[in-house]
Amino acid sequence: MARLMKRPELGAFAGVVLVTIFFGITADSSMFTLAGFMNFMSPAAQLGILAIGAALLMIGGEFDLSVGSMIAFSGLFFGACVVTLGIPLIISIPATFVFAAAVGSINGQIVLRTGLPSFIVTLAFLFILRGLSLVGLKWATGGSTQLRGVRDAVEGSFLASVFSGDAFPGLFFWLAERDLIATFKNGSPKVTGIPVEIIWFVLIALAATYVLLRTPVGNWIFASGGDADAASNSGVPVRKVKLSLFMLTACCAALVAIITVLDSGSTDARRGFQKEFEAIIAAVIGGCLLTGGYGSAIGAFFGAIIFGMVLIGLTYTQIDQDWYLVFLGGMLLIAVLFNNMIRKRVTGER
Amino acid sequence: MANEIVNMENIEKHFGNVIALAGVSFNVRSGECHCLLGDNGAGKSTFIKTMAGVHQPTRGRMFIEGTETVFDSPREAMNAGIATVYQDLAMIPLMSVTRNFFMGREPAKGKGVFKRYDTKFAAETAMKEMRKMGINLREPDQAVGTLSGGERQTVAIARAVYFGAKVLILDEPTSALGVRQTANVLKTVDGVRKQGIGVVLITHNVRHALAVGDRFTVLNRGKTLGTANRGEITLEELQDLMAGGQEMASLADSLGGTV
Repeated sequence: MARLMKRPELGAFAGVVLVTIFFGITADSSMFTLAGFMNFMSPAAQLGILAIGAALLMIGGEFDLSVGSMIAFSGLFFGACVVTLGIPLIISIPATFVFAAAVGSINGQIVLRTGLPSFIVTLAFLFILRGLSLVGLKWATGGSTQLRGVRDAVEGSFLASVFSGDAFPGLFFWLAERDLIATFKNGSPKVTGIPVEIIWFVLIALAATYVLLRTPVGNWIFASGGDADAASNSGVPVRKVKLSLFMLTACCAALVAIITVLDSGSTDARRGFQKEFEAIIAAVIGGCLLTGGYGSAIGAFFGAIIFGMVLIGLTYTQIDQDWYLVFLGGMLLIAVLFNNMIRKRVTGER
Repeated sequence: MANEIVNMENIEKHFGNVIALAGVSFNVRSGECHCLLGDNGAGKSTFIKTMAGVHQPTRGRMFIEGTETVFDSPREAMNAGIATVYQDLAMIPLMSVTRNFFMGREPAKGKGVFKRYDTKFAAETAMKEMRKMGINLREPDQAVGTLSGGERQTVAIARAVYFGAKVLILDEPTSALGVRQTANVLKTVDGVRKQGIGVVLITHNVRHALAVGDRFTVLNRGKTLGTANRGEITLEELQDLMAGGQEMASLADSLGGTV
């Protein structure tokens, strides 16, 4: 128990419990049906994929404020590949990841070579990438900031079902036939499957946690963020670790871009607007210290779920939805205070 | 001598026009504590960094177990068994003792993609090695930040010993510590020496040096003033040497013998 109390994700987990109790009392009971669950997990998953990338990077001692713009930018690249150039998904998807990793490595190289704070460098890229997305979309569409027709272009591709729509529809039909889950009057299930982003979200959270806690690379990430000099004196390849984390964060943004583009059938220059802040807030709620070297991927997982629950949960209540923003700020403040307290206890600072 | 692990002969180090070392000879035998004394700016740091492979000597020769060697990097020195514990320790307060202990050299089990950090082995080893040094950790994932300065020194020393150090260079290990913690660190030094490891203790505190040292070498203005064995030299004599010996005497004369 004492050991559990020390885990960085404790705060985020407590937050999930509190929010669940809150909506258990105030919200319509349909929020906690299977359909309601999928409703709030879906945006939570999209944010969570970003938040886990952001959390790893923060533990590694760096920031990336450009992930929101990166969603739009890699969405543009992906959309242009599929629609404008007509490249099949099997090539477009890997190409988008390579492209995002390249942009992420530019971020990383600038930070590592100049020694500037990543906050400033990636803030610059927040604007640069957003601007390039606008310009690029107009160029690709001939004047519009939206690129449509993705759905027609990818019709029938197997990969489309890995990155969009619902997974395991067969299972849900099977469950519906046996009356194990809620159905419509005609007997078809109300929930036809698990939205794929939720599956990606869970898989990434598990993989990130495994890497952090059970591999040498995880130790290197903590060490690089804790004290880069001490780490490299001890033989940790700090630069390589940080560069890879920048690339990974950008790839998380690209994954979200691909999922949303395929789901909505279009890409838009405003995609991912302010997501970088939400992702960082979810990571901080999850127990990451802004100074690096401490945090957890599971924490960011819970942090993102809190977001989804509040964003969607408010629509199940009588409460004005704009309270969401108030909540966002308040939650961040509480989380930072809480983390500060934890850090002092861990390091024995007074 | 047969059991000299490191032998440095007439080491000179120039940084451009600045002569940091002007001929330093120094050797370490296994199982001894050889203290390197000197005032600030005497060249102690430059010398040990040369020994640890951070700097390459401008002139002079270096022998490791009788073979002439030149280290191009600290890593090469480490692989040859020369471990340095610097003042800033290379420890990360937010990380656990175990994770610090194995930082950069994590034990792994499994193969390929299944290769993973062996947490059980790491935790048990860290606890065991720390117990050997006389520190009982509450738990292996206790953060280094909760340890005292002396205990942190001990973690750093235990880590170096575990990873096969033959020579352990300690850079001012007691300079920031209180009386009791200093005693603990000196006791650790004694324990390490008894395991057959050669310890190089850098300090400007003569008292600490006399407490554990077997031999004492005094460095002044980039030159060795000589090496003395334990029992052949007094605290006052060492102090005088460190302060500049002859020059100090003439300085005292010119001031009318009041210094």
